[in-house]
Amino acid sequence: MVGLILLMFSYVSAVVFLAAIVCRAVKVARLPIHLRWELYPVAHEKGRASYGGSYLEEPDWWTKPRQSSLLGELKVMIPEILLLAGVWEHNRKHWFRSFPFHFGLYLLAGLIALLLVDGIATAAGANVSAVGGPLGETLYHLTYMMGYAGLGLGLIGSVALLARRTFDKDYSEYTKKADYFNLAFFIVTFVVALAAHTFADPDFTTLRTYFARLVTFDFSSANVEPTPLTALSALEVVLASLLLAYIPLTHMSHFFTKWFMYHDIRWSDEPNLPGSKIERQIGEVLKYPVSWSASHIRGDGKKTWGDVATSGVEENKQ
Amino acid sequence: MRRRIKVEDISKPSPKLAELRKEDFKPLPPPFEKPDSTPDFAPLGEKARERYEASLDDTIALSIPKPKNKQEENELVAKFLSGLQKLFTKENNWTFLQPLLLSMDHCAACHTCSEACHIYEASGRNPIYRPAYRSEVFRRLYKKYVKSKGGLLQAWRDGEIELNWTTVARLAELSYRCNLCRRCAQTCPIGVDNGLIAHEIRKLFSQELGIAAKELHESGSVLQLKVGSSTGMNAAVVKDNMEFIDEDVSEKTGMTIATPWDKEGADILLIHNAGEILSWPMNPGAFAVIFESAGLSWTMASELVGYDSVNYGVWYDDVQFARVALKHAEVAKKLKVKKIVLGECGHAHKALTVIADRVLTGDLNIPRESCMVTLEQLIVSGRIKVDPQRNDFPVTLHDPCNLVRLMGIVEPQRRILRRIAPRFREMEPHGVHNYCCGGGSGFAIMSGHNFGDWRNQISGRKKLEQILNAFKDELNPSIKKFVCTPCSNCKGQLRDLFNYYDLWDKHSILYDGLVELIVNCMSDAKPGFIEWEMH
Repeated sequence: MVGLILLMFSYVSAVVFLAAIVCRAVKVARLPIHLRWELYPVAHEKGRASYGGSYLEEPDWWTKPRQSSLLGELKVMIPEILLLAGVWEHNRKHWFRSFPFHFGLYLLAGLIALLLVDGIATAAGANVSAVGGPLGETLYHLTYMMGYAGLGLGLIGSVALLARRTFDKDYSEYTKKADYFNLAFFIVTFVVALAAHTFADPDFTTLRTYFARLVTFDFSSANVEPTPLTALSALEVVLASLLLAYIPLTHMSHFFTKWFMYHDIRWSDEPNLPGSKIERQIGEVLKYPVSWSASHIRGDGKKTWGDVATSGVEENKQ
Repeated sequence: MRRRIKVEDISKPSPKLAELRKEDFKPLPPPFEKPDSTPDFAPLGEKARERYEASLDDTIALSIPKPKNKQEENELVAKFLSGLQKLFTKENNWTFLQPLLLSMDHCAACHTCSEACHIYEASGRNPIYRPAYRSEVFRRLYKKYVKSKGGLLQAWRDGEIELNWTTVARLAELSYRCNLCRRCAQTCPIGVDNGLIAHEIRKLFSQELGIAAKELHESGSVLQLKVGSSTGMNAAVVKDNMEFIDEDVSEKTGMTIATPWDKEGADILLIHNAGEILSWPMNPGAFAVIFESAGLSWTMASELVGYDSVNYGVWYDDVQFARVALKHAEVAKKLKVKKIVLGECGHAHKALTVIADRVLTGDLNIPRESCMVTLEQLIVSGRIKVDPQRNDFPVTLHDPCNLVRLMGIVEPQRRILRRIAPRFREMEPHGVHNYCCGGGSGFAIMSGHNFGDWRNQISGRKKLEQILNAFKDELNPSIKKFVCTPCSNCKGQLRDLFNYYDLWDKHSILYDGLVELIVNCMSDAKPGFIEWEMH
């Protein structure tokens, strides 16, 4: 019964995790078009990104095709995401705390992906073990290596971050009680997981079996040998599931909203050309009613942006 | 040792939240390395302190009258709350809602932004000038009053803040302690934009409470829409002044120059910051020399607003911004020009080219080009012949934030300088990683009370350091040095900065625009266009 409840718990957590991301992403994506607010360097500016230039450097730029480079974006995004290149460059002391934490999480995300692959491979009849042939052995060794590395780095990083947020006044003054809770949540989860694997599941076989049941929706053998969950492993699953569901509900959702911050704002340099989709969108937002109360606007909730923007001269003469 | 200031302290009434002491300010390089080698920070007058809200620091930007009674206090707070709600609706703030919401929700308080801020650094790391301080106050108010209904869980999650007159008045002032240069946003690993948050706070106060810096609103955008220019000049005065300028530059260059006005169907409508015509007349004069010599089809416009490119709304009010941008486009449309070329004014560049790009539709969407690009074409193509030896003196380049970091126009002006200034050297850092001159976001024209001192001592300090370092081996006054400053507001700030520290008299460091430097070395013009005197 406990095994079944755990499985259901993990499913619900995964659903909450995905639903929270989709809901938030849709909400952000559906916000109306905004005024341009790009910030250079813009990574996709072909041939100009290296020094921060834009297509506006081109004479009669509106008559020429824009040169955009996906490779340019990848060259910035990959080190930025994987290595926290910006923090390394601008806040080195913090990088030594933040990088292990984040990279640990990336490895743990990789661990989950590997465990899902393990589960699918096992369900397909493969033998994922120390004697499972080239594929099975590779998956087997990769899984525990990635697990220990991720948990270790995550723990080091979260302890270092918590220490800084506690003892460095510049940080503690900006740290909310929820932030302490969040870091403590990570630390407890990492410690429990490390303990579970040290004492009960050193080669991650128990976890692998649990994931195999998850991906095959195998509820029948949830409480059956050969690899029942120990209390520590069960606690690991509970905490990890809770954490998974919790992260996108907090400001830590920056792990995916960062995409919007870069692509919709910082690098959003697409010009409004005649007949374009942007022009149509502008036409729509200019019909929004304005209710700002200052005397030079006097928005009454009926006048539109188009109205207040074109009535300026008279308003300002008053 | 400086007192620590917490985010929630902004709500606690006290005579002064933060103190500015000269001994705390960042040390300057030689010859100003000793504190007594620079002017003292002028204290705020007692009368001003009595009449206006002055409890943030040691200066005032807004002159908000102190409330006479509790009712007035409550009214201000209620209006602020009303504006706060509106700022987060798509109807009232579609213009910046998405960027604002993302910046509100995702700060990790890593303080990476702090080290990027010239004001924070120059003040000696005054806690209230941290880019995140203002944002965190506003974020807590937003989360308490807009996103949720308060309560214990909310305070646990988002932090404590109290909303009262003191919070509102100090926050208004604090939104005018940021140059909106967005250097901090450039370094944020997540993409949070503290410059944008300062901009949005200013908007809330202007658009809902009618509170804005007088220089930007009443004497700025209101005056511009009323008489045609924030300088107060009407069309007749502008044309008169340009006629004098034409005569002056004709005499100086030995060429016959006449600025064309209201020429229908011209290729180019050139719009200057009208402040140039009054304060730096050789700048529009130099443009006329270059454009006429190159045989361009161009014109200036005498219709209302069409002769002044400034658009102060870009710093504090979306409605005023849109009104001015529309007027610029309407003038260009009426004249049937092929494109608008913006003169040497950074914020005018960004306002009309980038920000207004999502305001102007249909036949008002007339192409806009930077003068840097137009000028580069003329120099590189050889249509303007130059003799670089006439500019054989040390030259460095100030990068206006609006033109460079916020528009990506970085190289054209450099390619010109490499051709015309043999002793050109960069400041460090430069390009998109430059530092603001300290006059950004309207500060250059704000000098009420002792705000001018604040600009010169704090917001302009980093730029002063950069300029001194760029010329560190040639500070001897016998060597004339030139800071090329292709932006009218930046020039205003450098003029004040240079006067404050006596840079011209003591070290022969002068500033001026790019076109003056071009005309100074034009082969077809008489030598000596640059006037080596403080102006």
